Amino acid sequence: MIITMTINGGQRTVEVNTPTSLLNVLRDRLELEGSKQACEQGECGSCSVVLDGELVCSCLVMATDCDGSTLTTVEGLGDEDTLHPVQQALVQAGGVQCGFCTPGFVVAAAALFDEHPHPESDVIKEELAGNICRCTGYGAILRALEELAARP
Amino acid sequence: MEMTTPKDLTEALTAIDQDPDAVLLAGGTDVMIGVNFGETWPSHVVGLRRLAELTAWEGNRIGAGVTYRRLEKGPFAALAELSRTVGSPQIRNAGTIGGNLGTASPAGDALPFLAAVDAEVELASLNGRRTLPWHEFLVGVKRNAREPNELIVATILPEAMPPRQAFAKVGIRNAMVISTVSACLTRREDGTTTIALGSVAPTTIRARKAEAMISSEKSPTEAAIAEFGRLVSEEIKPISDHRSTAAYRRHAAGVLAKRLLERCL
Repeated sequence: MIITMTINGGQRTVEVNTPTSLLNVLRDRLELEGSKQACEQGECGSCSVVLDGELVCSCLVMATDCDGSTLTTVEGLGDEDTLHPVQQALVQAGGVQCGFCTPGFVVAAAALFDEHPHPESDVIKEELAGNICRCTGYGAILRALEELAARP
Repeated sequence: MEMTTPKDLTEALTAIDQDPDAVLLAGGTDVMIGVNFGETWPSHVVGLRRLAELTAWEGNRIGAGVTYRRLEKGPFAALAELSRTVGSPQIRNAGTIGGNLGTASPAGDALPFLAAVDAEVELASLNGRRTLPWHEFLVGVKRNAREPNELIVATILPEAMPPRQAFAKVGIRNAMVISTVSACLTRREDGTTTIALGSVAPTTIRARKAEAMISSEKSPTEAAIAEFGRLVSEEIKPISDHRSTAAYRRHAAGVLAKRLLERCL
């Protein structure tokens, strides 16, 4: 079937005829490889996207269920010239190690800051509980987001 | 693969009436794991995520498509409490109470709440609607009483909800774990107490002997609370598996029972 989605503000159309995840379609068919593929069971958060206004794991969304949906991926949040405030904060605080989990953290944190511009530390931890950093660089990630939360 | 995205409930019911083998897809948190790991390869999927009849929530009638994220902010204390413990924000934005019922896992986190308050499950087919009490709906490990041509459309909570209710679960970390033991306890002003537990039997169960004992205690003493915990431990039927041992589950269930009771006194 043909599915049409609004991704990062632009319309994208793709034909999908198999049961496969939105993540696979983003990465393999639409050249949006910022969302990372790791656990494929919703445990790690590295494939996080905002689908129809909700932060979800794109590995747990069936691509054919997204016809007409609106999507924001990490590619829609900033680029090399204009970093998203979350990306800027991570760079400044050294919140990136190997980088594999970073796109998922950026999408999840951006969704959090959209809703609560000044989250408490405990709220940041709760809201990012679905994102795993296997370098265990949580301290710097948390510091980055606490600094961002403290900005007026 | 054929994908049906019904515009309303009748379209959805027609689709599954014509193809009872169609895979029902709500939040995707169970179905997609099977797809990703090659365990299921559906030939026909009916997408329920955007069906307005299922996402509706009016008072004590909670549509099957209501997500944990919405339940977190709802008026039912223990349901909100348990919803905050499910998975992660990403999972809670996708996972639904109807999906929890449909999967019917012994570890389903919403199920002890539904059992503790004696909720009903509303099913619809082209032939009409029926409601089943939770214990007639949950019939075994990942088995429920839904017929292939039926959809779970809502869960209905009783009109008079217990004023005191609490939920707790034990797992190996806070986020993203399947419960080792979960429990929901309710208590009314007259002392009537219910307790339901998950992950300790093939289905969610009520510890009825323990309930009867503590319901007759208007102001339970420390000894009565301890006896309540002991009876709960005794009444459950846990197994040892990769998540825990039966002995630990018995111990943890007793501890949770006492703690929840103390919170509701």
